[in-house]
Formats: sequence, structure tokens, C-alpha cells
Amino acid sequence: MKRLALIALVALAVPASASAACPELRSLEGELMCPTCRTTLELSNAPAANQIRRFVCERAAAGDSKGEIKDRLVADFGPGVLASPPKEGFDLLAWVLPLAALGLGAAAIGVLVVRWSRRGKSETGLEEPSANGRPELDPALEKRLEDELARFE
Amino acid sequence: VSSKSFAVVLAVLAVIGLLGFGLLSKGEASISLGDTAPDKRLQALDGSGSGQIADYRGKWVFVNFWASWCEPCKAEAPLLEKAWRTYRDRGLVVLGVNSQDLSSDARRFAKQVGWTYPLVRDGAGDILGPYAVAAFPETFFVDRKGKLVARIDGEVSEDELETNIERALA
Repeated sequence: MKRLALIALVALAVPASASAACPELRSLEGELMCPTCRTTLELSNAPAANQIRRFVCERAAAGDSKGEIKDRLVADFGPGVLASPPKEGFDLLAWVLPLAALGLGAAAIGVLVVRWSRRGKSETGLEEPSANGRPELDPALEKRLEDELARFE
Repeated sequence: VSSKSFAVVLAVLAVIGLLGFGLLSKGEASISLGDTAPDKRLQALDGSGSGQIADYRGKWVFVNFWASWCEPCKAEAPLLEKAWRTYRDRGLVVLGVNSQDLSSDARRFAKQVGWTYPLVRDGAGDILGPYAVAAFPETFFVDRKGKLVARIDGEVSEDELETNIERALA
């Protein structure tokens, strides 16, 4: 049991020490995908993920910016190495479409709610409230009520 | 049918179609022996031109998927090179497909292990899906007509290579 715990500690310590030695890695680990396990680098200890970690640190030490490092990785692994699609070209649709769908959905719900409330009012005859704010009585019913009341006077 | 209802039906069908497409495109490809080997023109690892299985029609081809970070790939490398050197004059080709790897590391690896057979590169791993490759190394044996005749999961052994080669070239 102690041996297992020690192995787990060592496995966790390797990426942690790499992050400490190379601060760029910490900021990029959540933005890059491990190509074999389809998780972000920070969640993976696969050999392919470790290869990318080493590459990030090497390029950062050579003076590459975050963008340049990402570009190099995309050239080698394709856009799938990025955790989120780039905000340009066709990939921009991945950002725009969900927002557009959300906006359209909200607008559609708003229109439907207004229509339903109008239809409800016209069906119950509540378009014009009476002076006391209560629904007006049917004229025939009102006349009958007055006749009944007159009998008691 | 009113135009409104038609539009609603059309929208629902479009959503169902998109969901179906998403599910199908995410699904694992199935591949069987006897199927035509999936093929795609890929860039040569050293950048000089390109290659694909169809270039070797009429020959037997070992298609070996590998990456530089894969330890078993390193272990099997001399066996593949030996098979290529021994049988290339009898119509055997080894085609190495490097994938999910840094190109610089891959070139360094190929030089270290001394591969002289054709090497191509599919960095994004687009060809792995059609072959249903889940891990490296993975080796397929393709006959002269481009059909899959054998699949070797993991590191190849000398016996596995020899058995397939002797059966093919008999």
C-alpha cells in the first residue's frame, strides 16, 4: 500500500515539477489536448502528453510566444490539439452558432409568450376590464340579477 | 399543410439529421480482414513528396502505425527493417505511418533506428479511425490487390512477420 502511494506521489510530482521549471506550461496545459487520450494536458500523463509538455518548455526556452508554440503544435497535430477551436475562419462558427442559437431561442420564447398571453385575453373577453377591475357580467345575466334583487325591495 | 408547419417539420428533421451525423461520425470504424485497406495520400516524413498504399499495388505491404514516444515501436523497429531488407526484392514493402507525434521527434527516431523503408506522416491521425487503431504500434498486412489479410495488435514478433511473409510469397 505504501509503495502504491509512493508511486502515485512520484507520478503526480513529475508534471508538477515540470510546471515549476517552465511557467509557460502551466498556462498552456489547459489549452492543449493530449492527442491520444482526448483530455487536456493537465489531466493526462500519457507519453504523447509528456512529449508535448517537453516541446512547450523547449520552445518557451527558445523564446517562442504562446501563440507561436500553439501554431507549431497545430502544424504537427492539426487543430484538434487545441482545447477550444480558434476564433477565426470556419472554426469561428463553433463560437458563433451556440450564441446565435441561444439568442434565437430566447427571441422565439419571448414571441410565443406574448402571443399566448394575447390569445388568452381575447378568449376570456378580458380585453377591457370593468370600472371595478372585475370582469363585466353578461347583459342577460345582469338583467336577471337586477330583476331578482328588485323582488326583494 | 401550412408553410409554418412545414418549416417546423423541416427544422426538426434538420436537428435529427445533425444528431445522427454526429453520432455516426463519432462511432468507432469497424474493419475486417478481406476489406479494402483504407487509404489516403500522406506527406512523406522527410518532406520529400508523398505516399499511399495504392502506390504499391501488385506488392505485399506491411502498414505499420507508430510514434516516437511509443516504446514497443522502438523494440519492433529492427524486425521491420530486417523484413524490408530481406524481402523487398521479392515484392514486399514496409510502409511506416507516423501519427500523433511531433514531426521533429519522428524524424529523429527514424534516423536513430535506421529505417530505410518509406515513411509517411499523418500528424492529426485522420487515418487511424478508418483502421480502428486504438494504440501504437499496430501493423496491417495488405495483399497485392489492396485487401487486408492480417492485423497484428501491439509489438510484432519475428514469428508473426515470417509467418505472414512466407504465406504471402509462397
